[in-house]
This record gives sequence, structure tokens and C-alpha cells, in this order.
Amino acid sequence: MTLFTSLVTISLGAILVNNFILAQFLGICPFMGVSQKTSTALGMGLAVTFVMGIASAVTWAVNTYVLVPWELEYMQTVAFILVIAALVQFVEMFLQKVVPALYQALGIYLPLITTNCAVLGVALLNIQNNYSFIEALVYGITGGLGFLVAIFLFASIREHTEDAECPKSFKGFPIALISAGLLALAFMGFSGMKFFG
Amino acid sequence: MNLKNQFKEGLLTKNPVTVQLLGMCSTMAITTMLFNGVGMGLSVIIILTCSNIVISLLRKVIPPKIRIACYIVVIAGFVTIVDLLMQAYLPSLSESLGVFIPLIVVNCIILGRAEAFASKNGVLASALDGIFQGIGFTVALVIMCVVREFLGNGTILGGFAFINNGGGIRILPEMYPALLVVLPVGGFLTLGCLIAASQWLMQRIERKEREKEGAA
Repeated sequence: MTLFTSLVTISLGAILVNNFILAQFLGICPFMGVSQKTSTALGMGLAVTFVMGIASAVTWAVNTYVLVPWELEYMQTVAFILVIAALVQFVEMFLQKVVPALYQALGIYLPLITTNCAVLGVALLNIQNNYSFIEALVYGITGGLGFLVAIFLFASIREHTEDAECPKSFKGFPIALISAGLLALAFMGFSGMKFFG
Repeated sequence: MNLKNQFKEGLLTKNPVTVQLLGMCSTMAITTMLFNGVGMGLSVIIILTCSNIVISLLRKVIPPKIRIACYIVVIAGFVTIVDLLMQAYLPSLSESLGVFIPLIVVNCIILGRAEAFASKNGVLASALDGIFQGIGFTVALVIMCVVREFLGNGTILGGFAFINNGGGIRILPEMYPALLVVLPVGGFLTLGCLIAASQWLMQRIERKEREKEGAA
């Protein structure tokens, strides 16, 4: 398989077939927590895409050039979470200084991303799948885009269902989870799709 | 210290999954077989208790500004220990839980308890809090596992090597189960129903207590 086809397969897989939220259950907390409004959902989605892309690249480099040569692979979890925490902090400061408009838009969501399991998840999956640098970077970015698509759709649904009547025990969170389940059901339609044979 | 209260909080009124809505990723992802749920629950109990103890011991030393980073390092240490032990002694469990074992690091339950409880309370209380919250998490996982395994696969007690070679006990004939329930969709739906059930139960308890007060 050439690099191009492998990249296309990874991208479509990460956005549609193996969507991080709806198929792999990574990043549910922000997905449920920050999806009351489409505008905030969009902000969160963009911030996650941004951080997941950078985090994939950096953790891949850390793993390949630091952990593997020194045989420290068992420190992956600790090393990756520290890298991600530092990275998020750094991105926050950088944006504040250089692109204040973007910082204003993403501001409050950035710190939350440290504990988003999609970010640590993508870093670990990159290593598990033996991706090359480019593949890891693409997987990170498209995984983030998949998150963005899912959270945006979900927020749009939630805005409409908020005032709908439902049994008292289902009010609030349970009904939101059920809607998310139906969204996941819709995304299941993509599974089994094959790209390039 | 009120042991009974803490126990009740962990199990029902402040259950980490159904009330605090923490740690939902692993709750939905791995609850397809009872063995997975029990394994995950026990790992979380161990990690949560240990990290609560250490963080409670260090609570006067850790500078408040960088406390989150410190908590994460402590938690990541314990997660790595559990991960390596599991790979060594329970390779099959480690394989089926996969990436969700290292992801306990970012399980909000653990960081949440560190921030909300261990950083403010003594060692013993924190340890108990870890155990009870962990049990609450495990109970929720076990319920999810039993429901999903029964409806989706038609078996109970699946995954334990000593029962039917890991196949579990078949209750529904192979044709009937709804595969959908063990797929991701089922995770969302089951958790939604579980939270609804716990809300219903708590409303009921509250009403009964109010009635009792009214009668007295």
C-alpha cells in the first residue's frame, strides 16, 4: 500500500468508521460535558483537533528518539501524560501571546484537554499500531476532526431535545446518553466500509 | 468519621458513575463481559486507594499552583505499576482491556477524588474514600456488564477462565441475543438506562424519607 492510500484509509477510518467517541469511547467526558451549545462544542472540537495533532507528533518523537533507544518503553504512560500536560500549557501560552483571537475562542477549553482520554489514547494507539511519523500525525488530526464532527452533531441534537418532554427519571443526562447512542447507531452505518479493496 | 455515610455516598448517592458522571469512557468501552468489568473495577479500586493515600500524605507539601501536575504524576506511577503487573500475571485480561488500562491515568474519577477529597482530608479517611468510591465504580461496571453480556451475547459470567473455558454460562440460545447491545451503541443506551434507574431510585428514597418526616 502506498503512503497516500494508507493515509486516506487512516483518515476516513478515524473520522467515520472508528470515530473516537462513537466507536472507541475515547473522550466521552468533554463530549457529554461541553455539548449544550453548538458554539462551545465547535470551540472544544477545534481545540481538541489542534492538541491531538501536535500531541501525536510530539509523543511519537519522544517515543522513537528517547524511550525506545534507552529501553524505557514501560514509562510510556507517565512520559506521555507529562508531555501532553506540558504541551497543553505551552500551547495555551503560545496562543495567548501570538494569536489572542484564537486564544479567546479556545481559552477555557484548553486546560480541560489534558485529561481528555482521546489525546492520551491517540498517542498510545499510534505506538500500538506502529504508525510512521506522517501516519501518526494524520491519525491525530483526523481523529480530532472525528471528535469535532461528533460533538458538533451531538450539540445540535441536544439543543433541540433540551425542551422536549421525557419521563422524569430520564431528564438531563440519561436522555442525552440515549441520543448519543442513536448517533452512534447512525455512525455504525459506516462500519464495514472498505477503502481500496 | 462516619463510615456508613461514606459507604452510602460511594455506592449510591454520590456514585462516581451514575451521579458524578465520571469515568464514562471505560464504563462504556469495556463492559461487554463480566470478567472485564471486575478486572477494571479492581484495578481502579487499587489505584484510587493508593493514589488517595499518597496524595493525602503529600497534601501539605504539594504547592497549590502545580497540584494537578503532581497528582497526575502520582496517579500515572500507580497506573504503570498495575499495568505491568497485569501484563505479567493476567495477560488475557490485559489484552482485552487494552488501551483502557493506561487510560486510567486520565480517568476523571481518580483525579476528581484527589482534588475533591484526598487533598483536604486525612490519610485514613482518604483511603476509605478510595475504597468506597472504587466499589461504587465497580458495582456500576458489574451491572453494565451483566446486562450487556446477557442481552447482547446471551451468556452470564463470561471471561473467567475456570467457567466453561472463558465462554460463560449460556442462557439464551445463540440465535436470540441482540448483538447491538455489546456494540458501542449498546454502551450509550445501557448507561443511559442505568443512570435513569439510579435517579428513579434516589427520588423514591427521598420521597420515602420525606413521608417519614411528615408522619413523625
